[in-house]
Amino acid sequence: MKRFPRSTIAATVAGAATFALVLAGCSAGAGSEQSKDEKVKLTVATFNEFGYDDLFAEYEKANPNVKVTHKKAATSNEARDNLTTRLAAGSGLSDVEAIEVDWLPELLQYSDKFVTVSSSEVKGRWLDWKEKAATDADGNLIAYGTDIGPEGVCYRSDLFAAAGLPTDRAEVAKLLGTSWESYYAAGEKFAAAGTNVPWFDSAGATWQGVVNQIPNAYEEKDGTVIATENPEVKKAYTSVLDASSTLSAHLGQWSDDWTASFQNNGFATMLCPGWMLGVISGNAEGVTGWDIADTFPGGGGNWGGSYLTVPKQSKNQAEAQKLAAWLTAPEQQLKAFASKGTFPSQVDALASDELLGAVNPFFNNAPTGQILANRAAAVDVTPFKGESYFAINDAMQQALTRVEDGTMTADESWAQFTTDVKALG
Amino acid sequence: MTTAAAIEVNARSIRRIALSHKLSRWDVRFSPYLYISPFFLLFGIMGLFPLLYTAWVSVHDWNLIGGQGDFVGLENFATVLSQGYFWTSLRNTFSIFLLSSIPQVLMALGIAAVLDFNLRGKTFWRMGVLLPYVVAPVAVALIFNDLFGDKYGLINSAITGLGLEPIRWHVDVIPSHVAIATMVNFRWTGYNALIFLAAMQAVPRDYYEAAIIDGANRLRTFRSITLPLLRPIIIFVILTSTIGGLQIFDEARMFDNVGQGGASRQWQTLTLYIYELGWNQRNFGRASAVAWLLFLIIILIAVLNFVITRRIAGTADRKLRVRAKGIS
Repeated sequence: MKRFPRSTIAATVAGAATFALVLAGCSAGAGSEQSKDEKVKLTVATFNEFGYDDLFAEYEKANPNVKVTHKKAATSNEARDNLTTRLAAGSGLSDVEAIEVDWLPELLQYSDKFVTVSSSEVKGRWLDWKEKAATDADGNLIAYGTDIGPEGVCYRSDLFAAAGLPTDRAEVAKLLGTSWESYYAAGEKFAAAGTNVPWFDSAGATWQGVVNQIPNAYEEKDGTVIATENPEVKKAYTSVLDASSTLSAHLGQWSDDWTASFQNNGFATMLCPGWMLGVISGNAEGVTGWDIADTFPGGGGNWGGSYLTVPKQSKNQAEAQKLAAWLTAPEQQLKAFASKGTFPSQVDALASDELLGAVNPFFNNAPTGQILANRAAAVDVTPFKGESYFAINDAMQQALTRVEDGTMTADESWAQFTTDVKALG
Repeated sequence: MTTAAAIEVNARSIRRIALSHKLSRWDVRFSPYLYISPFFLLFGIMGLFPLLYTAWVSVHDWNLIGGQGDFVGLENFATVLSQGYFWTSLRNTFSIFLLSSIPQVLMALGIAAVLDFNLRGKTFWRMGVLLPYVVAPVAVALIFNDLFGDKYGLINSAITGLGLEPIRWHVDVIPSHVAIATMVNFRWTGYNALIFLAAMQAVPRDYYEAAIIDGANRLRTFRSITLPLLRPIIIFVILTSTIGGLQIFDEARMFDNVGQGGASRQWQTLTLYIYELGWNQRNFGRASAVAWLLFLIIILIAVLNFVITRRIAGTADRKLRVRAKGIS
């Protein structure tokens, strides 16, 4: 009996300490090794699908002294966790790291941890707003743009037909109009036909479209958080929720129910950036009727898109930059578009016949290349995303979800959002 | 002269004997500590250092990437304690812990008792209950998410098929806790059952024979022989499942695609809260403060557990002794 307490306490302490280890372990360095032999070894870390697999082989063929190792993370969130943890540790990053536009702003304040892209070499390569988003306060460009996410509206022509609405791409674009009001009004018309199918998937997904059209939604240029006082945000919040109460399927985007709904006539339309086309055709395999309209409510909109960076941790910065510059050149990005559909952000690529002639059989043979190029040209607002953007937008998404699932009224949820944003400071 | 030399030699050999005596006494006294020291050295590096380092971080402004900032004293603790989500996640942690640990220990006992019978294909059944333990928690979560889908989940399809209201697994507090606890139980019940089974096999069979001759049935022998003799193991299992239960992370994180424990934090556990503070908000100072609070809570509960179970075990020991005297 006497012996029990000591071992118990030791076990308790050990158990609890293991947890603390998780926290502190992240500050400990994980050594990286780089041999100084003839052959240059480069590691490239990407996520989801960049369409680079064949390009690496091509690069190695052209540069026999280089050996490229590709590390692929499943999701952008996973890549973000990995990048920030190793950035904090000061070692362990790949020579070329891919980052996504939504968490680019939080890295911009640590732009000194990345190698600056020399502008002479890549001058005018990208769309203005694509390049601007990766430029820090001192005017240094820190990332090579890869793809962008110009948004159109995807719709189910079979459900439209059942509701007595036009099904042809051009007519649907006219029906949906160019404002949020006309988009919602079309939804009301669809609902009035009694098809019992919701108009769009969720308030959260629609919010992404709306918020990316507000220049300074959550933060002033100097980083002051204005999310809770900004009348534009409050107005957008109210209007999205008003629409959602009658038109939404209340399916949180990316949730299991959302994925399953593609096979169950879950909703009739959704805002779709270029990279979403692959997601839809994957989830809706076997479903016919998907199409894409060349319009977007409230002007143009961009959602997502990525960059390549070279961290200062890299032992082969010059070689890594060479590779990143090559990968993001228009010719290579067009090959990536052909293989995985990532829509290029390079001016020259956008004008190429190869891109403009691209057709997507799943979307009723829509000329997706031409449509998305039009959509990219329509983007006229570059939303400012500061270091708190990701966290605040996250809180907003949850605020919308709370109203959609009925746990709170719009006012209660807004109050909770205000508390959440305050807690970030 | 000769006697003096003899005395000298004698004294030397006595000294030598004394030394070897002393050495062997030291050997007996200190060797065990030397043998277990690797554990404690490792524990010092891997356990104690991070623990203290976390305490150091918790009294500073500390950004995940930016690193150490100003010393702020206990401000991080004060901020965290004043936030609603801390208390919500504390409530969730306890609720999920109770919903998982209690049924888990009871079911494990039951399963172990059944496995203790003379079954055909013993090894098959024993390996069978351990199988869920081998499956990675993330894989478990993926499988169970198909069951617990709000709209297209298997369970809700069945319920709506019967004409009842579907359960809102990802919206309401208690259903979400039940769902997460189910995943935890699926994984750990078999493991605990095997520990119980090992202890049951160590119970001398003549006790049962004697009891059966006296006319006791299965249930009675289980209650009066198996359970009392299993008490140290039960204490062990309760302690380990307490420590594990208060640190549930994987299942709760995988319960939806966002991984923050729901829009109103319906199922955010303390460990998830730490993750949100540290990785989403990048505030390592506050995350460390919560880590330390969790550490203190676990110690408190473990001590409480220990005191209670020992008291129960103590009275039971006495009862058993009294009964034994009565029999003889």
